[in-house]
Amino acid sequence: MFAFSKEAEKQIEKILKKYPEDRKRSALLPLLTLAQRQERHVNPDAMREIARRLDLSPAYVQSVCSFYPMYSSKPVGKYLILFCINISCQLNGCDELLAHTAKKLNIEIGGTTDDMKFTLHREECLAACSGGPMMRINDTFYENLTVDKIDQILGSLD
Amino acid sequence: MTQILFKNINKKNLHTLEGYEQEGGYQGLKKAFAMKPEEIVEMVKASGLRGRGGAGFPTGLKWSFLAKDVFPRYLCCNADESEPGTCKDRELLQKNPHLLIEGMILCSYACKIETGYIYFRGEFYDLAEMMDKAIAEAHEKGYLGQNILGSGFNLDIHTHLGAGAYICGEESALLNSLEGGRGEPRMKPPFPAVQGLYEKPTVINNVETLCVVPFILNNGAEKYAALGTEKSKGTKLVSVSGHVKKPGNYEIVMGTTVREIIYDLAGGIRDDNELKAYIPGGSSVPMVPADKVDTPYDYESLQAIGTMLGSGALIVLDHTVNVVETSLRLASFYMHESCGKCTPCREGTRWMWQILQQIQTGKGEAAYVEKLVDICDNMSFKCFCPLGDAAVAPVLSSIQNFRADYDELIEKMTANTAV
Ligand SMILES: Cc1cc2nc3c(=O)[nH]c(=O)nc-3n(C[C@H](O)[C@H](O)[C@H](O)COP(=O)(O)O)c2cc1C
Ligand code: SF4
Ligand code: FES
Repeated sequence: MFAFSKEAEKQIEKILKKYPEDRKRSALLPLLTLAQRQERHVNPDAMREIARRLDLSPAYVQSVCSFYPMYSSKPVGKYLILFCINISCQLNGCDELLAHTAKKLNIEIGGTTDDMKFTLHREECLAACSGGPMMRINDTFYENLTVDKIDQILGSLD
Repeated sequence: MTQILFKNINKKNLHTLEGYEQEGGYQGLKKAFAMKPEEIVEMVKASGLRGRGGAGFPTGLKWSFLAKDVFPRYLCCNADESEPGTCKDRELLQKNPHLLIEGMILCSYACKIETGYIYFRGEFYDLAEMMDKAIAEAHEKGYLGQNILGSGFNLDIHTHLGAGAYICGEESALLNSLEGGRGEPRMKPPFPAVQGLYEKPTVINNVETLCVVPFILNNGAEKYAALGTEKSKGTKLVSVSGHVKKPGNYEIVMGTTVREIIYDLAGGIRDDNELKAYIPGGSSVPMVPADKVDTPYDYESLQAIGTMLGSGALIVLDHTVNVVETSLRLASFYMHESCGKCTPCREGTRWMWQILQQIQTGKGEAAYVEKLVDICDNMSFKCFCPLGDAAVAPVLSSIQNFRADYDELIEKMTANTAV
């Protein structure tokens, strides 16, 4: 069973006020985002609950959810690392640093550590190009990365 | 250096209401409310301001296209910033959120809009939270809400987060996404100015575009129009990235040469290497070889050399680069980001990626380059939205300008198999 947390409920109230009353569907992405952040993935139960709240069919919610890469069907780790591999970061050596990060965490790119602490993803440009190579861990951007800096950042997360 | 958007950008408390007001923030509102909305539209027209999101469409003209007498109308600020190489909006949002709010108030007053949304890419979660705070501050001070500063004008601004899809930066896909749908582009016409959000007349502008408006209001259209070239007015934020010593966002006056941006502002090429090529306007525009480095950075001059100003992202490549790798990286990006709605783009981006992958990994044959050109030809102007053409730009331009890089990889392979 899926239920939104108390904190999430407060946010839902605010979210619903943003859109005209007959346009509740606009709240779909924000609610999916809340579910993703709460459970670290979006499962069919959550989709059904969101569908119910917004008077949509679960199939519709599923079809929208599957369009957007930020919603995952499997739980991601406590720390979700998005490593930019696009052009500006590539020109400044992101490939070696990404490989280093994967090796350090002992996972494949796209994988999650057994203790569910870290998930590592390749990511397209994150709008920090002049600070490349860069990665985003949960909501924080880390720029101008080096091997040492990555080791230090990963070591500081508990 | 004339600074409009980046004046005081590194001032510590600029992101707070107080800090913004100390720099003259929100001063333009009283003046604006004393004017007729149409007068402000005319003023923006006269300033020569053009959209900074990529297409460069004249902003005042766009505002004047709104369907007459149809209400409510909406404003959507495009804060999706996902064109590879581009990172200017993020800096504005982070350091000067109130500038955007003021720009949105002025635009809304001019266009008789009472609801505005800021569509952030999903990865800007923290920026959207900061913006919520700034909006709340502005509300408290009476700059937003009902009867703003006693003018009788009402406006609410809301933040809205996407969830990671490049195509949602395209304005009609953005609207579908904001309405809670898949981010697929819509057929145009109808244009958003006639039928946009919730089928109502809608203005869609980039963050940087809206951030220019307070300057125009405070200083007059002439002041803005006095800067830049004949047709490219004002200043532009340029995100410089790649092989330069000092990458970063720089505000330039339109018409500054690419050489000045690379060598004076961004400190020159790393290790004092040779410049090989640059991409002037984000990954969706053609790359140009180093001998065009004296081109003035403005819409017309860049167009004259076969490329575009785009989103203002200058990506610099030094002589160590083989452009096949660059093309492959971008082909992979467009393949991922193709929304799949139309066949030439969905299939074409995949084929391009596959062929480039073969060449890059040494499995290429001489005929592959012609095949790539053929695919580009089959995509150009044949896709449903501009993403298809964007995908063609880096590949075709790299072949046209640096064919030797392709041949080198292919010949190396042929030589190896011959042994
Ligand atoms: C594939 C694609 C992606 C786009 N991404 C963005 C973006 O991230 N930010 C943006 O402001 N405009 C983007 N645009 C341009 C918008 O469609 C639209 O032209 C722009 O937001 C209009 O604002 P402006 O007139 O102020 O430039 C994109 C266009 C396309 C075709
Ligand atoms: S060109 Fe590509 S992104 Fe645009 S509609 Fe077609 S498939 Fe979708
Ligand atoms: S290319 Fe890596 S953040 Fe833009």
